[in-house]
Amino acid sequence: MRCAVLVFPGSNCDSDLYKAANSVEGLEAEYVWYKSESLDSFDAVLIPGGFSYGDALRVGALAARAPVLKALRGAADSGIRILGICNGFQILTECGLLPGALHRNSGLRFICKTTPLQVVNTDCQFTTGYKKNSVTHIHLPIAHGEGNYTCDSETLRKLEDNGQIVFRYSGNNPNGSVANIAGITNEAGNVLGMMPHPERAMTKWMGSEDGRILFESMRH
Amino acid sequence: MHPDEPTPDQIYSEQVYRKMGLNDVEYSLVVELLGRKPNLTETGIFGVMWSEHCSYKNSKPLLSRFPVDGPEVLQGPGEGAGVVDIGDGYAFVFKVESHNHPSAIEPYQGAATGVGGILRDIFSMGARPVAILNSLRFGPLSNNEPGNASTSRTRYLFRRVVAGIAGYGNCIGVPTVGGEVCFDECYTGNPLVNAMGVGILRHDQLQHGRAEGAGKSVIYVGSATGRDGIHGATFASEELNKDSDTKRPSVQVGDPFMGKLLIEACLEVYESGAIYSVQDMGAAGLTCSSTEMSDKGGVGMKLNLNLVPQRAENMSAYEIMLSESQERMLFVANPGREEEVFAICKKWNVPAVTIGHVIEEPVLRLKHHDETVAELPLKTVCGSTPIYQRESKIPEGVLERQKQSALTWDVPEDLFSVFQQLIQTPELSSKSWVYQQYDYMVRTNTSVRPGSDAAVVRVEGTDKSLAMSIDGNSRYVFLDPKTGGKIAVAEAARNVVCSGGRPSAITDCLNFGNPENQEIFWQLEQAVSGMAEVCNFLNLPVTGGNVSLYNETEGKAIYPTPVVGVVGLIEHNVQTTTLFFKNTGDVLLLLGDTKNELGGSVYQHMQMGKIFGIPPELDLEKELTLQQAVLESIRSGNVLSAHDLSHGGLALALLTSCTDDLGVSIDWKIDLRPDVALFSESQSRILLSVSPKNAASVESRMRQKKVPCVRIGKVVSGRFDISLDSFSIIQSALQPLRDLWQNAIEREMEFPV
Repeated sequence: MRCAVLVFPGSNCDSDLYKAANSVEGLEAEYVWYKSESLDSFDAVLIPGGFSYGDALRVGALAARAPVLKALRGAADSGIRILGICNGFQILTECGLLPGALHRNSGLRFICKTTPLQVVNTDCQFTTGYKKNSVTHIHLPIAHGEGNYTCDSETLRKLEDNGQIVFRYSGNNPNGSVANIAGITNEAGNVLGMMPHPERAMTKWMGSEDGRILFESMRH
Repeated sequence: MHPDEPTPDQIYSEQVYRKMGLNDVEYSLVVELLGRKPNLTETGIFGVMWSEHCSYKNSKPLLSRFPVDGPEVLQGPGEGAGVVDIGDGYAFVFKVESHNHPSAIEPYQGAATGVGGILRDIFSMGARPVAILNSLRFGPLSNNEPGNASTSRTRYLFRRVVAGIAGYGNCIGVPTVGGEVCFDECYTGNPLVNAMGVGILRHDQLQHGRAEGAGKSVIYVGSATGRDGIHGATFASEELNKDSDTKRPSVQVGDPFMGKLLIEACLEVYESGAIYSVQDMGAAGLTCSSTEMSDKGGVGMKLNLNLVPQRAENMSAYEIMLSESQERMLFVANPGREEEVFAICKKWNVPAVTIGHVIEEPVLRLKHHDETVAELPLKTVCGSTPIYQRESKIPEGVLERQKQSALTWDVPEDLFSVFQQLIQTPELSSKSWVYQQYDYMVRTNTSVRPGSDAAVVRVEGTDKSLAMSIDGNSRYVFLDPKTGGKIAVAEAARNVVCSGGRPSAITDCLNFGNPENQEIFWQLEQAVSGMAEVCNFLNLPVTGGNVSLYNETEGKAIYPTPVVGVVGLIEHNVQTTTLFFKNTGDVLLLLGDTKNELGGSVYQHMQMGKIFGIPPELDLEKELTLQQAVLESIRSGNVLSAHDLSHGGLALALLTSCTDDLGVSIDWKIDLRPDVALFSESQSRILLSVSPKNAASVESRMRQKKVPCVRIGKVVSGRFDISLDSFSIIQSALQPLRDLWQNAIEREMEFPV
């Protein structure tokens, strides 16, 4: 499965995501520059964390208007899997592929730590591995200043009814997100945005291997 | 010439040069060297290049005591940063630098640009930056008067410095993996912000900063030049006073997004082979980079300042040359390869423009609006800085303080409550409020995170890791600068050993007061001689660093504060060791001698509100054998956790080694007062945990090496119990103590009384 790792100016988890995906058997990652006009040759798109455009204007706002976005929308429509992590999630909400928005953390500080999560939906295209391994309580690192997910109550109801909420914070909510949301999909289930970093939890020495299962799930 | 500028005669008669940091004698020397009076731009260039920050004119004679060579040193002092070989064709690059004065005036930008500056030093050598560490000093976060103005300001400085480091480091995508924060009254008016950068390169990627070969293009790369940071290096070489706030324009403003683009553009340009040499524009901006590159290559440069990208209107030659705008580099291109440089920079949206050429004549020749605005032989700017052999005098009160006994109080009745109080002091409590604001994981190579003795970063493409630590205890240095200087080096090295690394080299930042004061110079001289002694003994070359003098406010100097950064090599990743306990039942071994040594300790300061006596003694032989024995034990695979004993003594070392679940049960037979046993800060001690089946073998290795080693207890679940000579001192559930320790700074910062 060929995965595009998008690179925007200011992306800084691009190489982490690239390494992580390439370490999973069956996945093959390649960098794709933000000016690229096609994603046709890829089976999945990974949008890395970082500070695209230095967070100018609003987090993710400028990346959501970058040239590659046209191809990204096309890819989303075609049903291939798109995973946005951290800034990638922010970009996905900014460009409208995912509902809601990400605000500043309620504590007003950047926060970096490993946090417990619940895999709420183990049937989505990114999480079947958790079901197979009977794992629903996992630990993944977070590192963000604006991960406070918010949406109107109507949207929240839809997210809940459709099973679009994939991850919730299970310990203390680190950023004040509504309904403890840490990650959601679009209605079709092929676009996942999440604040935690699965690519930082790939091997034992990283402190957690729970992220690997997500990448492995993507192969199916 | 700019119409408003003073003429050379006015500069002389109105002593304008003084505002630029030159004293009367230095100015006369400039006139003598040039054979004429310098104009404003030229005077400014001399002012910064002859500042302590750029010239080390006060500290050079002392710094020559440091060993700078070693079999693994690929680049010692003199370039952007030191470079040390780690085998497999790789090397690490590292250096520490201060940003104290800017941070005192504008803490966010001061700290942010401190990080940006040290990272440019790292990637100007050709390396990709892989880690940031920092060493911070502030006044007390609280005292007994709620709403006290100085503690409010301290909390503001602390909050904004941490935010500035986070803001820059997180965005640029280099993990901030470690550091230290201390609090003491002496830093209330003059906080310290020292930032250390570490990078990794393949040998063939090493860059240098020599401009050679007349005719080569000089290319300006990065952000446009503005009026920020003008004369920052000179400002850094003055004392702070109540007017320092007016120096805000001397503080630079950072743009980490441009910093990130600049890293990627530079690394790609290096890889292309299109440039001959490179230097970053840090302190003294274009002045320092152009003159140093020329001087190192024995050539000159001719620059047209009109070509320098500018973001302010009508900038004068003086302003362009003295600006310390951030995120700028200077390249000397290989002939005919300029277009490649431009193409790569364009890809990354980084401005790049040719602003002049290398010339054979060793002269800096500047044109602005078709006029020659500076014509300076480089040997006058770079090679003629007066070097001062300062006088020293032992400060009043030092000997009296040293004669005092360090222990003047009785054993407190309730040692448990003393312990609880101690673990909540900002000095000893967990720094998680600080480091959780830093992205310490980005680049996914951080295998030991903040909170252990040293941070560990894996070297991609090898089975090796780098252990890194930054350390300095100024209270010891204040009481006895020589011993304090020795401890600073020994302890930083010990931290690296506890992580499984062999210390390779050090970088140092010497934060002191005004060296023109003989008593301050005595501190500097003593501390440096102590540090140099240990560096020589432990074979630790000093490959670079920084001197920050004039750390005074209203005539009051900080404690002498040498800060030592150490990087060590972990030969195999499996040898990486943390301080955290691993299993219940593991045996705790205390290595080294515990003595009645409380001078300068946190316990003494908490009990008496001041420090006195002498700091713990450091026996170099014992230190070396301890470090060797522990490293051997780690490499043999017998050590499950290792933790250096320092601030707060054994009691704190035990608590900080606990995990959420794993605590201790201690019964230690020791012939000392219980408070001394628990809180003494005797040097050359390490706490190990080992599995019961390996304990005997580790003990026998220690006996062989003559390292004192005693079983003091074991790892248990959920308890923190300490008995001394079977007499119970602390009996507590672990979690409440962990909570007190873990959240003390957060309580102070988020919910102040």
